[in-house]
Amino acid sequence: MSTQKVLMGNHALSWGAVTSRVQVISAYPITPQTQVVELLSEMCTDGTLDAEFIKVESEHSAMAACIGASAAGARTFTATSAQGLALMHEMLHWAVGGRLPVVMGNINRAMAPPWTIWTEQTDSLSQRDTGWLQVYASSNQEVYDSVLMAYKIAENRKVSLPMMIVLDAFFLSHTSENVIMIDQNKADAYLPKYDPEFKLDVKNPHTFGGLTTPDWYMELRYNIQKGMDDSYQVIRDAQSEFKSVFGRDYGMVEEYKCEDADVILVGMATAASTGKESIDILRNKGVKAGLLRIRYFRPFPFEDVRRVLKNAKQILVLDRNLSPGLGGITFQEVKSAMYNEKNKPPIYGFIMGLGGRDITVESITNLFEHAKKNDPQDIIWMEVKK
Amino acid sequence: MTTIKDLANKGNLFTQGHRACAGCGGTVILRLLMAAAGKDTVVVGATGCMEVVSTIYPYTAWNVPFLHNAFENSAATASGVESAYRALLKRKKTDKKINFIAFGGDGGTYDIGIQSLSGAMERGHNLLYVCYDNGAYMNTGIQRSSATPMGSSTTTSPAGSVVKGKMQNRKDLTEIMVAHNLKYAAQASLSNWSDFVSKVEKALAVDGPTFINVLSPCPLGWGYDTSLSIELSRLAVETHFWPVYEYEDGKYKINIKPKQVKPLEDFLFKQARFKHLKNEPELVEEIKKSVEEKWNCLLQKESSCK
Repeated sequence: MSTQKVLMGNHALSWGAVTSRVQVISAYPITPQTQVVELLSEMCTDGTLDAEFIKVESEHSAMAACIGASAAGARTFTATSAQGLALMHEMLHWAVGGRLPVVMGNINRAMAPPWTIWTEQTDSLSQRDTGWLQVYASSNQEVYDSVLMAYKIAENRKVSLPMMIVLDAFFLSHTSENVIMIDQNKADAYLPKYDPEFKLDVKNPHTFGGLTTPDWYMELRYNIQKGMDDSYQVIRDAQSEFKSVFGRDYGMVEEYKCEDADVILVGMATAASTGKESIDILRNKGVKAGLLRIRYFRPFPFEDVRRVLKNAKQILVLDRNLSPGLGGITFQEVKSAMYNEKNKPPIYGFIMGLGGRDITVESITNLFEHAKKNDPQDIIWMEVKK
Repeated sequence: MTTIKDLANKGNLFTQGHRACAGCGGTVILRLLMAAAGKDTVVVGATGCMEVVSTIYPYTAWNVPFLHNAFENSAATASGVESAYRALLKRKKTDKKINFIAFGGDGGTYDIGIQSLSGAMERGHNLLYVCYDNGAYMNTGIQRSSATPMGSSTTTSPAGSVVKGKMQNRKDLTEIMVAHNLKYAAQASLSNWSDFVSKVEKALAVDGPTFINVLSPCPLGWGYDTSLSIELSRLAVETHFWPVYEYEDGKYKINIKPKQVKPLEDFLFKQARFKHLKNEPELVEEIKKSVEEKWNCLLQKESSCK
């Protein structure tokens, strides 16, 4: 029988790093991520985890040290949130350009000012153009499982890109749930040792991060996109092997009652899992409602999104994030995914739950009520004091 | 003691073919540094002249593993590399004694990189940080840094009719490093190459963080004939402008004490960056006073921390 632990999301990340046998951790504390690094510190001290933990003086240095460690051939982990992620921004690009499979947990938290520590996706979605793979979790089991899969995907030489596992502040980070633990022997068989093609090796020296003229830069960017293109299949393979070994089934998206749905709500993270209950209520009232939870934001699951949404009569997108001057970020991606489809259902862009404001079952059923009575709009603010 | 013949026979780990200017002090520093360090060395370089001239893809001047990871963080990056090697050592993937060296210019070290450097030194990583101090942001076009000497004209502290170049004294980075309780910190000059090489060897023998600050003459930024780089290095030492000293296990030692101290003007007025000071005798006196105060302070430290 499998071992189970009651873990909060933060500790699910830490245990994910243990199960993945990370070798170097470099991190800086920030609320609400602190428990991730506290538990890892304890584990490095008591020998549960045989890793080097660099307690750096800033998030910028955290990612810089991860890049150095990964380039030297070590499996590398870090975690951060919001302001810390923003401080890392320059280094996020660098990890991608360096093709280094660093794995990072990011606890979604709104950006200041005003000062805040509660959940919102704007911190991680602001990093969407850096080239990190991003997966958004909606349970602590998913957080834990995602770490092991992340290394499998990121370290695949067809991909060789860093990956971010994103979880909601407090709703996951500080909420305890039952988590089925992975047997270490099975984990080791699933995730082989990290063996990069190039590393900082004195026996076989290479230069990393050199000056590149217009003669070569574009080819290197092309290769990054190719890594992203190839990652779709690598992700699917990693998920299907995970299912066959550990029994839990993950896709690039999660579909809930979408098959015959007329109205489909698109969302991410815990707000989307709350939405499942709203769907059940609506279904009981005879509304043909469904829910599409986007797990992978990068690479964006265009194929899945089109397949699920193409027969809908209405699409509602729930964004707990805001790109000022544009609107909800998921909304934009969904809209662009559907633009070349023959059947283009009307798409509603809802902004809700910013700065950690609760998104309840009722909040979500209200979105369907709104769409029933109104024409589609790009930005529809819900539950805001105007 | 290492002889010049020994160095010549060590093979080129930092090779010819790089794109540095004629007379560049930085490349001489790197060549000596690598000759002293040897091939079992991993180098992390900050953005700057030395990185730009040595790594133009698909070429490289480095015959050792070299990593460039932005401007402000070569120390943090090297701390990651060093930790990875320790992690891999535990798993017996590598059993060699490897040297870890991070370097940056004065902009990347005194200014934007000081937090990363301070953090890495405080954490006690087994790495040597070398600053090549040419006294301004030479790579971006000679802008002032906190290492720019008082009176120096740069593109962001130009000598004008009202303001006569940079009006602030240099930051004393070597003493900031000493304040990190390092086992070894030193200043060196290319005029005393043997002293520099032995300092690198000493620093790399230490188990823990070490620091060497090397004066790096820059023909373009300082404004002098490319044949004079080593002579200016020597004059900087002989005028007390750049004391060559070391701090080892809590003790100071001034390695070069000029028998006959030369007037500071001999150093200043060979360079275009100070030429406007010829008409500013009061400012020159102020600079001289500050140089002598630093020297005397160092003498005191040497005698009190024996």
